[in-house]
Amino acid sequence: MMVRKVCVIGAGLTLFRRRMLETGKELSFEACRMALDSAGIQRKEVDSVVMGSAPDAFDGVHMKGEYLLDGAGGYKRPYSRVYVGGATGVYVPVSAWWHVASGMSDVCLAVAEEKMSPLQPHPQYAFWSIFDHHMERPLGVTLLWIFALEMRRYMAVHGIKEEEIAQVSVKNKHNAIDHPCAQLPAEITVEDVMKSEPMVWPVKRLDVSPPSDGAGAVILCSEEFAKKMTKEPIYVAGCGWNIDSTYWTNRDLYYPQYLENAAKMAYKQAGIANPRKEIDVAEVYDPFDYKELHHMEGLQLAKKGEAPKLTTAGVTQRNGELPINPSGGLLGVGNPIAAAGMMKVCEIYFQLTHQAGKRQVKKEVHTGLAQAWGDLMQYSSVFVMRRR
Amino acid sequence: MSERVKFFPGREIRSRSIDEVLASEYAADLKYSWASGAAMSRFLIELKNGRIIARKCNKCKRILLPPRIFCEDCFRETDGWFYVKDTGTVNTYSISYVAADASRLKEPLFVAVINIEGATEGMGFLHLLGEVSEKELKVGMRVGAVWKPEAERIGSILDIRYFKPI
Repeated sequence: MMVRKVCVIGAGLTLFRRRMLETGKELSFEACRMALDSAGIQRKEVDSVVMGSAPDAFDGVHMKGEYLLDGAGGYKRPYSRVYVGGATGVYVPVSAWWHVASGMSDVCLAVAEEKMSPLQPHPQYAFWSIFDHHMERPLGVTLLWIFALEMRRYMAVHGIKEEEIAQVSVKNKHNAIDHPCAQLPAEITVEDVMKSEPMVWPVKRLDVSPPSDGAGAVILCSEEFAKKMTKEPIYVAGCGWNIDSTYWTNRDLYYPQYLENAAKMAYKQAGIANPRKEIDVAEVYDPFDYKELHHMEGLQLAKKGEAPKLTTAGVTQRNGELPINPSGGLLGVGNPIAAAGMMKVCEIYFQLTHQAGKRQVKKEVHTGLAQAWGDLMQYSSVFVMRRR
Repeated sequence: MSERVKFFPGREIRSRSIDEVLASEYAADLKYSWASGAAMSRFLIELKNGRIIARKCNKCKRILLPPRIFCEDCFRETDGWFYVKDTGTVNTYSISYVAADASRLKEPLFVAVINIEGATEGMGFLHLLGEVSEKELKVGMRVGAVWKPEAERIGSILDIRYFKPI
C-alpha cells in the first residue's frame, strides 16, 4: 500500500459518569484540549477533525455532528462525523488514519463523545428504533434481548458456564479501581455477579456496563511531524473494519466472523502473522462480560471457545501473559458509547508510552490493539498501535 | 515517558432527581408510517393467511427468510416465492424481565430466534415462546407456531401469538 506512516502523539479523556453537568460540546472540548496539551500542540496546527458520536436519539439533536463541531475543534476545518454504532469509538481513529496516511492532512484530531443521560427515563429506550419495523418492533424487542440471545448461543455451542463469563466482570471492575475516570470500579466476586438481578437471562445486572456521559480524543499525525514532537512516537500499525448482514437472525451468533475479517485486515497491514504471540496487550469491547471472550476469539487471540479457559487461568489479568482490558473496560470505566471505544484507544496509547501508572501491565509492551463493536451485533473496528 | 496527566476534567451530577438540576425538557411527538416494501408486504399478507413465505435465490440456492427481493450476497433480484413450514428449532433463547424502557415486567417473556423448517439452514426470525416452562427451555428444541384465529389476524408478525414446543 502506498500510504504514509501515521503516529499517535497525544490523548485526552474526561471523567465517565452516569450524568455530567457538561454538554456534549463541552465534554468534547475538554477531551480535545487535553489531547492537544498532551501532544504539545495547538488547534491551529490541526489540519482536519474526525468526530464520532452514536445515536442522535440519546441527545434529541438530529444534526449531532454539527451540534458538537465547535467543541470538537472542527471550526473552519475539513470536518466530518462518522457513525458505525457501538464500533464508532475505534472507527474514529481509523478514519483519522486515512486523513493522514493519504497525505491530505499532517495532523488530524480524532474525538469521540457520548452523552446518554438526556433521554428519560432510560437511554436504553433509544435502541427501540434500531429494530426492523415489521419483524421485530411489534414483539416489544429491547436491546438486551439480542445480547442475551447471543450470550446464550455462545454458551450453548461451547458449553460455557455463566460463572466462567462472570470472571470477566470481576476482573474489569477490579482493574477500573486504578482508572481515574472510572464510573463503576468495584471489588466484586463471581457470586455477586450470579446473584445480581436478572435483566434478560442469561444477562444479569453485573454482566452489563452502565450508561454514561464522557468524551475522549487522540491526535494522529505524520511520522515527520511526530518526530519533531517526541523521541518515542507510537505508530499506527494496522486498521480494520467489517460488517455482517442486518438480517441478524440469519447468522450463527456464537462467533463474530465480521470481527475475524476486520482483525485479519488490520493484521495484514501490521504484518502480524500470529496475533496471540505478537499482540502484547488488548482493549477489546466489553459492554457485556461475555463480549470480551467473544471478541478475543474473533480477534484470534483465543481459539473458538477457549477465551473462558484463558480467563480462568489468569492469562488476561494485568500481570498475565496477555492482558485484556487493563483499563477496566466498559464494565468498570463506563460505556458512553462512542467515547468508550476511544477510551480503549487512549488506554493502548497510555500503555505503549508507559503513562498508565498503576494500570501499567507487568510485561514489556510493543504492540497493542483496541477494538469496538456495534450496530446490530454486526460491525467491528480494529486499531493496532506499535512502539518502535 | 511517564504519566503526564494528573487531572481529568468533568463534573458529575449526583442528584437522582432530574428536577433538582438546571435542565430544560422536551418530549418529542413523532409519528411514522412505514411502507412495508415489496417483499414484506407479501410476507405480511401470507401471515394473515396463516402461512410463512420466503424468497429463493436461484444462484446461491438459498431460501431467504425474512424474504427480500434482492440477494445480499449474489446482489441480484431473487427469483420467486417459496412457502416454508410454520415449525422450526430454537437456535437460541433468553428470558426477559425488562421492557424496552428498562422497567421491570410483571411476567417474564421467553424470547427466541427460531430457525424455520423449509428455509435454508440457520435462517429464521425472532419471536416469543409460550406454553412452556422455564425449565423446559433449551437450544435445539422443536417448536411450532400458535396462530391467532383467522378473524383476528391483521397481517402482522403478531398474527403468530408465539411458538410452542411440539
